[in-house]
Amino acid sequence: MGIEIYLFEFALTFYFAASIVSVLELFKSTKTSSRIMIALAVIGFLLHTSNVVARYVISGHIPIANLHEASSFFAWCIVLIFLFLEYRYKIGLLGSFIMPIVFLVMLSSSMLPRKMEPLAPVLQSYWLGVHTVLAFLGDAAFAMAFGVGIMYLLQEHYVKSKHLGGLFQRLPSLQILDEINYRLITIGFPLLTLAIITGALWAESAWGSYWRWDPKEVWSLITWFIYAVVLHVRLIGGWRGKRAAILSILGFLVVLFTFFGVNFILKSKHIF
Amino acid sequence: MKVLVLGVNHKTASVEIREKLAFNGPKLEEGIFALRKLPGVREAAVLSTCNRVELYTCVHNTPAAADHIKDFLSSFHGLARTEFEKALFVHNGEEAVRHVFRVSSSLDSMVVGEPQILGQIKDAFDFALGKKTTGVLLNKLMKKAISTAKRVRTETKIAENAVSISFAAVELARKIFTDLAGKSFMLLGAGEMAELAARHLMNNGVKDVMVVNRTYARGCELAQEFNGRPVKFEDFLHELVHADIIICSTGAPTYVLNKEQMHKVMKERKHRPVFIIDISVPRNIDPEINKLDNVYLYDVDDLQEVVDTNIHGRKLEAEKAEKIIDEEVDKFLRWMSSLQSVPTIVALRQKAEEIKTEEIEKLKGRLPGLDEEKLKAVEYMATAIINKLVHPPTVALKEDTEDRDELIAMIKKLYGINGEEE
Repeated sequence: MGIEIYLFEFALTFYFAASIVSVLELFKSTKTSSRIMIALAVIGFLLHTSNVVARYVISGHIPIANLHEASSFFAWCIVLIFLFLEYRYKIGLLGSFIMPIVFLVMLSSSMLPRKMEPLAPVLQSYWLGVHTVLAFLGDAAFAMAFGVGIMYLLQEHYVKSKHLGGLFQRLPSLQILDEINYRLITIGFPLLTLAIITGALWAESAWGSYWRWDPKEVWSLITWFIYAVVLHVRLIGGWRGKRAAILSILGFLVVLFTFFGVNFILKSKHIF
Repeated sequence: MKVLVLGVNHKTASVEIREKLAFNGPKLEEGIFALRKLPGVREAAVLSTCNRVELYTCVHNTPAAADHIKDFLSSFHGLARTEFEKALFVHNGEEAVRHVFRVSSSLDSMVVGEPQILGQIKDAFDFALGKKTTGVLLNKLMKKAISTAKRVRTETKIAENAVSISFAAVELARKIFTDLAGKSFMLLGAGEMAELAARHLMNNGVKDVMVVNRTYARGCELAQEFNGRPVKFEDFLHELVHADIIICSTGAPTYVLNKEQMHKVMKERKHRPVFIIDISVPRNIDPEINKLDNVYLYDVDDLQEVVDTNIHGRKLEAEKAEKIIDEEVDKFLRWMSSLQSVPTIVALRQKAEEIKTEEIEKLKGRLPGLDEEKLKAVEYMATAIINKLVHPPTVALKEDTEDRDELIAMIKKLYGINGEEE
């Protein structure tokens, strides 16, 4: 077993610990507990980063070449954005809604075959890096928007129903949740757009056509439309708050289906 | 002499009637003098706030005085008696004292425990004191009303209630909008609690303030107080688009804002969230509005519930407060009845003095050769005798006993004093 395997297992362990602490934080959180959670996430992230670098060094190409690597990289992107948001906004309880997702993505990654195989000639292109990194960063932003959307709905429920118990005190304000949700989508949407464009360009150079109605392509397009609608109704119709939160949650479910579902249920040229 | 309180408040009368009966500005001075000059009215003070108009008086004959006061209200405000009589409450004697203490202690307020009423009562009595329309009884009543309110405030947690309600409002506002600094705020109507909540919001950074009032002049006054701008009542729907936080306390008998209107407003403001606090009783804003997306409507009961989950045993505190008030009412009534014995004491002493001078005159007639010095000695002795004789009944009369009324009657009978009560 290579060092990259250990790095992965350690990262997974730390993410697991972080998500346990983050879930416990829903019941009782202190300054120390949230610091511990962040520390665990940061250590996990550093180990995870080393794992990605190690795989790059060993394989000689961007380590996003199979479903294991892809979901691992997806998780890495989510943690990256999470740590950035945490650093920038210090939103209470954000970790509790994100770290479990990270852990689940990592767990599914750990259960997929990890073997590093030489890249098929078709895929040997710098497009691989550009296309996949853009796609996963975009998806990670949508994942965050999903978590924040759930937080919004929860807080909205407390305020609307006038039962200010539970997490009301510790959840951030509706305005900030809505704002972050919107920001994340404005980040995720152009990334997804670019990912689709680079994908099309890559497909043209690899297979000679931009668009082949591959299920992955179709579902990506559906995802793109959903987020386009989210942004459109927000800017034109003022659909903010609850409706925006619900749409961003739906959007991410479609993202998940595009990512995992298409591979398992439909046949696709995309390995992931 | 009896305390008689007569008036209207937010519980008994609609805002229209309260406004018509209000003693604003110069009307207060004019009214208080006119009230004092009514037949049978010995002392008078007037409290006039947005939530209540109350006349405090000391009278000889309660029903007759009450009748005069009602006529006075009718002629002074140019209002038929039938228009306001149903909304009027009349308390006399013990009930009147209790009422004053409950008002000053803020147990009678729309939001129990709100602190402004005490200041308003103080101002009302100080004004009357300055105009010399009050006397021993009302002055003492005012002092006791203030000390009772202070006792209630220090010995119970009632006062925390109002503060917690406005804190709860601010806390909620903070969970809807992150930062209150950039938010605009509309004060719709006026009232003790609304203004308190408004102050709290402003202490938390809200700067852009709009003040709407049915009476534009009053709106301007308030606007100045809050450093905001006045908005005419007819225009408030227009301006609603700009308001992120609305505190409503207009006291209108019906809704001033319904769901349809609010729906339009929300469309216009592109569904940016709005936090509405309806303090009015009865409610002024259709509760259905809370069902609109991005609108969060809380009324006083909702806020009270929020506070109640934080403060346990609010009922217990209220009971405690009522007990304090009972005690203080009792003390005051005892003081009042001790006041009753004063005329008897004076009469008793007068009678003794009369007997003394009479007897000395007689003595002078019988003993013409009495020189100055000896006469003085005799006078001195007579004074000493009556002093010693009058002292024990005086002490007994001043003493605070339950059977004082009987005692007074007995002494009057024994000494042959004719019952002429002050």
